[in-house]
Amino acid sequence: MILELMGKYGRVFLCGGLVCLIGQLLINKTKMTSARILVTFLLAGVILEAVGVFEYIEEFALAGATIPITGFGKSLAAGAIEGARIGLFEACTYGMRAVAGGLTAAIVFGFVFALLFRSKSKTA
Amino acid sequence: MIGRQEYTALVRQASPRTNEAKTLFAAFCVGGIICMIGQAVSDVFTEFLPLDEKSIAALTGMTMIFLGALLTGVGVYDKIGYHAGAGSIVPITGFANSIVSPAMEFHSEGIIFGMMARMFGVAGPIIVSGVCSSVVVGAIYYLVGVAV
Repeated sequence: MILELMGKYGRVFLCGGLVCLIGQLLINKTKMTSARILVTFLLAGVILEAVGVFEYIEEFALAGATIPITGFGKSLAAGAIEGARIGLFEACTYGMRAVAGGLTAAIVFGFVFALLFRSKSKTA
Repeated sequence: MIGRQEYTALVRQASPRTNEAKTLFAAFCVGGIICMIGQAVSDVFTEFLPLDEKSIAALTGMTMIFLGALLTGVGVYDKIGYHAGAGSIVPITGFANSIVSPAMEFHSEGIIFGMMARMFGVAGPIIVSGVCSSVVVGAIYYLVGVAV
């Protein structure tokens, strides 16, 4: 039981770490900005899900694949694919629907915490 | 006048040499730990909440975004990011950080044009590229489904 848990979390750590290491390599080698890195990884997630590879990676890596921004892209693509089975309108909107929770959280928490806290660098 | 290539070489010489192996190691460790926290959150939700897999995944993402926003607010996340680089950028907590951080910084320029507008400096490109690509994927799947 404990060994199983260790193996699972070890996998998550290794895979999640590897994704970030690739990101750091890109920063070091190409001086990419963080926005570019995030967009690249997001699109990688979208494409991997669209071609049907992401679920195999996720099966092994678990949160190591879904917590990086690649997981956000995966949810978008998975939603769109699900919607495509229903109709064209759903194909276009279900991607957004799939990430509605995450986006709402990001916007609301982002706004609230920015209201509550002041930037240290500016007030100091 | 110096050429572009010479200039790049000069910039490379002048910019501080960060120990590359160290940045890679830090990114790997911090990224891995954040993902393990995400896995733990997901495992706890699965254990205690009567929800389906998809809702658990969404809730886990929202929780991580909450944590990322909170840690940015109290000023811890940017400290981690200073050392961890991509290790703190690539996880979904980094997405939250990219929203809260500029919103806090531009607080002084007012709520609407300071905070609300600047929140999306980094998040904007992510949302635009994400939504557009999901529409493309959806449309392709729909057309293929219709054709078959």
